[in-house]
Amino acid sequence: MSNIPENLRYSKDHEWVSVDGAVATIGITDYAQHSLGDVVYVDLPRAGDAFATHEAFGSVESVKAVSEIFTPVAGEVTEVNDGLNDTPEAVNNDPYGAGWMLKVTMTNPNEADGMMSAVEYEEYLSANA
Amino acid sequence: MSTEILKKTPLNEVHRNSGGKMVDFGGWDMPVQYEAGVIAEHLATREKAGLFDVSHMGEIWVDGPDAVAFVNHLTTNDVSKLVDGQAHYSALTNESGGVVDDLLVYRFSDDKLFLVVNAATQDKDWAWISSKVGNYDIKLRHASADFCQIAIQGPKALGILQKLTETDLDAIKYYHFTTGKVDGVEAIISRTGYTGEDGFEVYADPSKAVQLWKRMMDAGAGEGILPCGLAARNTLRLESAMSLYGHELGDTISPLEANLGWICKLNKGDFIGREPMLTLKEDGLTRKLAGFEMTDRGIARDGFDVYVGDERVGAVTSASPAPFLKKNIGLAFLPVQFAKTGQEITIDVRGKKLAAVVVPTPFYKREQ
Repeated sequence: MSNIPENLRYSKDHEWVSVDGAVATIGITDYAQHSLGDVVYVDLPRAGDAFATHEAFGSVESVKAVSEIFTPVAGEVTEVNDGLNDTPEAVNNDPYGAGWMLKVTMTNPNEADGMMSAVEYEEYLSANA
Repeated sequence: MSTEILKKTPLNEVHRNSGGKMVDFGGWDMPVQYEAGVIAEHLATREKAGLFDVSHMGEIWVDGPDAVAFVNHLTTNDVSKLVDGQAHYSALTNESGGVVDDLLVYRFSDDKLFLVVNAATQDKDWAWISSKVGNYDIKLRHASADFCQIAIQGPKALGILQKLTETDLDAIKYYHFTTGKVDGVEAIISRTGYTGEDGFEVYADPSKAVQLWKRMMDAGAGEGILPCGLAARNTLRLESAMSLYGHELGDTISPLEANLGWICKLNKGDFIGREPMLTLKEDGLTRKLAGFEMTDRGIARDGFDVYVGDERVGAVTSASPAPFLKKNIGLAFLPVQFAKTGQEITIDVRGKKLAAVVVPTPFYKREQ
């Protein structure tokens, strides 16, 4: 089964968010990385770019497929994980740690409260996956 | 999701039990990858050994005194040059010189040939071949249901398979075959493959597929063998710049355009599709299959448009990250003037034009 840490929030597009004040760290879930297979390329925006909720901010590519990734919360990108340029496999090996993608200063610091909890995401997965 | 019932190879259960991620491949329920993943499977085949279920491929027997003449009439390569126990790569061509399918032709004797065609095209091929019998003194038999096919590929393939057979495998030359026993099972053992590595393809009764698969996995366990899915099969053949029907080959593509002049023996006598090929050769090609690698960061995929400057000049037929070469590579039909090593092109990757350069093929060639 997928690894679904309890302290994170989840989107229906299989992104996770970790909230620290107004800053959200965003990545894709263990389920998402497993569905994609070996990740070989992550295309990310630049710091300073702003995104609305559910806007495509980049793409993750495996050997076989490409998948768009969406911002689960609106805000301005303050940091991107440049390490993924050299080690995109971190998305597979450590999706909630070294595989993080963006840090965003949220327009509405409470927006992530509306996302799924770990329990809800697990139910969502068993209903939809 | 398709509601059609997918066809299954005799190894379907084995794939599911060994973590195969199953997909619909031309109507067949096949593993696209296993737990190890496509990169590990690809590298295992390049460096150690990979095991592939290719039982979905189609087999056709051609028996009778006119077998050689008949297949020579239908295909581009020269069947009369084959000796008993030899096979060659060839193409079935239509009257316009396009490709009905690519195939292997095995010669058992001068009145017994064995054709191995692609899975998704086998019914079309069977109809095509059957329709051409005319007065040839031959008998055809669509024998796909009589065979499972397992490919063991990679530098350690010979050593692993040798543990299971008394047949001297090293005595089988490349693109030759023999009949023998593998783990006591009657089989056709063919030194062929679709990965760019040394290796064998083993044809046997489907009821023995599970036994053969498990025994080969066991025999290779200490040597790093991995079961490999269709994704690795595709990246391996792409690194070796081998054509895939429906991508580099098709009804409206001449094998000459797809760099397959080496299997088109235009001087062997008449065959279906020869005339248009001669004309094409005389007039000169206008387009040609070229290999490219990305120079910008980014990955080309099948179907993406190719540009030189602002002009769209072609489309990608196959492209992928190349796990062994660690580059992003692809094949595309380009006007001949651009199908030259060093030509700079751009690929439209979802709206972004990314730089690539034409390179020689194959992208990968094993050390002999």
